[in-house]
Amino acid sequence: MLMKKRKNMMRSFIYIFLTAYSLMTLFPFLWSLMTSFKTTREITSTMTFFPQEWSFGGYEIIFDSQFPIWVKNSLVIAMIVTFLNLLFNTLAGYALARIPFKGRNFLFNALLILIMIPSQVTMIPLYIVIARMGLVNTHMALIVTSMINITYIFMMRQFFMHFPREVEEAAAIDGLSRFGTFFRIVLPNMKASIATQCVFVFMAVWNEFMRPLLFISSTEKYMLTQGLNFLSKQYMNATKWDVIMAGAILSIIPILLLYILLNKYFIRSSEQQSGIK
Amino acid sequence: MKGMVKESQRPRKRWVAGIDFRTTLAGYAFMTPALLVIILFTLAPIAYAFVMMFQKIDMLTMHRTYVGFENFQKLFTDPKFWAAFRNTWQYVLVVVPTQTIIAMILAALINNKIKLSRVFLSIMFLPTLTSSSAMTLIFMWLFNNNGLVVNFLEDLTGQRIQFLTNPDLALSVIMMMNIFSTVPHFMIVFLSGLQDIPDSLYEAAAIDGANKVRQFLHITVPQLMPVTFYVVTMGLIGCFQIFDQAYIISNGSGGPQNSTLTFTLFIYQLAFNSNDMGRATALAFTLGLLIFTVTLIVNRLMKADKING
Repeated sequence: MLMKKRKNMMRSFIYIFLTAYSLMTLFPFLWSLMTSFKTTREITSTMTFFPQEWSFGGYEIIFDSQFPIWVKNSLVIAMIVTFLNLLFNTLAGYALARIPFKGRNFLFNALLILIMIPSQVTMIPLYIVIARMGLVNTHMALIVTSMINITYIFMMRQFFMHFPREVEEAAAIDGLSRFGTFFRIVLPNMKASIATQCVFVFMAVWNEFMRPLLFISSTEKYMLTQGLNFLSKQYMNATKWDVIMAGAILSIIPILLLYILLNKYFIRSSEQQSGIK
Repeated sequence: MKGMVKESQRPRKRWVAGIDFRTTLAGYAFMTPALLVIILFTLAPIAYAFVMMFQKIDMLTMHRTYVGFENFQKLFTDPKFWAAFRNTWQYVLVVVPTQTIIAMILAALINNKIKLSRVFLSIMFLPTLTSSSAMTLIFMWLFNNNGLVVNFLEDLTGQRIQFLTNPDLALSVIMMMNIFSTVPHFMIVFLSGLQDIPDSLYEAAAIDGANKVRQFLHITVPQLMPVTFYVVTMGLIGCFQIFDQAYIISNGSGGPQNSTLTFTLFIYQLAFNSNDMGRATALAFTLGLLIFTVTLIVNRLMKADKING
């Protein structure tokens, strides 16, 4: 009896703790959401949770600014980069797992070392390389520097290590070439890996701040994160937090949708990533 | 390796080396895009860095002069370097242990066959999904001098504590923010590690009369050691590189009074405000070396710990 009582107490403690942590996580977002519907006047005078007078002023200013252009920029570039990553990482992962070409082990070990080099360390020389190629202030600079990702090359390699080889061999016997086998037989079997990459690559581009800051300088080419920062500098002194919060909230929505849509892959892939170690 | 043997038994074998030419060609064809990007945008910059850190570079004319170790000398005598050094270390020493411990505890709690665990996970994941810029703006709104936290603390203590304009507290806001947004990610990493621990270990401990807390300390923590190592390493690398939040909060200045100046922000300032690419690269190299050394030491310590435990 005592054991059982103790166990129940333990369980309620766990639920209380988890609920408290979840609420604490949720609160800044809800507070910002509510702020985005307040008037600037209300923000500077009172501190109630719900707006006293619901206003869409913040959102109107946001939509009249260059915000929609930045959303479009981020959306288009994130989609292009995601597509290229899917293609290139998969090809490289396949080769590393399946094609016993000369120098394969060397390349694999080289990649293992390269993955450990922090991107911040190479950012200045990278900027010079981009400048030399004449790509400063172009979206191309963002695309070419992020169109592959070693982490996902490794993830795809893992996938192909576990993919039954017999299926491919049967296709080869039936006369399909390597590329034919890859596109017709293997590709349709990789839904989960594709979803994982989609989510994480898209999110990385959408949320990236430093690379756009380095490469892009004209406001109409800004990525959303950069634009958000630009807007905040514009409106912070006037304490127009409703505008800034409207922008912040809007910028989260696409990722949130993607997350809801592909939720099961999110959690599973985070687990897989730790499995690489 | 198993695949290698199999492939070389194929009838198409033509090369003396044992791997036929077409296979190698196919391999490189598949690898070409990845290799190109790596050579152009990772290897070339690294090679470049080794030259640039010993040069003075005029960005307008792209004229370079060799200056030896002058860039490093100038750096190490710059008070801003030591401010960045202190801030970054402070940041790492607070954030890495805190986020690792919170993530581990949360994962252990969620792993108790909790009802609605998916709901908890989904809510907790929100900060990890949010971009650093949106997250920073939200925190600036909470912590600004007329914000909710300042007003709340004033009601509570009667004192008006300012955060963002206070050199003693500005960095702590960035610390809180980083802990807040990386904990969920690492929690999930721990969660997967927890699922690999055999139930029999806990059952045996329960028979021996160990309560949940003891089980956590004596089974969960040691069993999670390899995962913890991964989390600490990733945390270290991430923290040493902290940039976005410091840049947005201080508008690129690292203020107030250099209190939010991190290594990476200082690299950025040297390169794009002072136009001194040589010194910026020297600092980047120093940072890289620092990250590498610290990771190596932590690796050794944790491995040693594992053997003793």
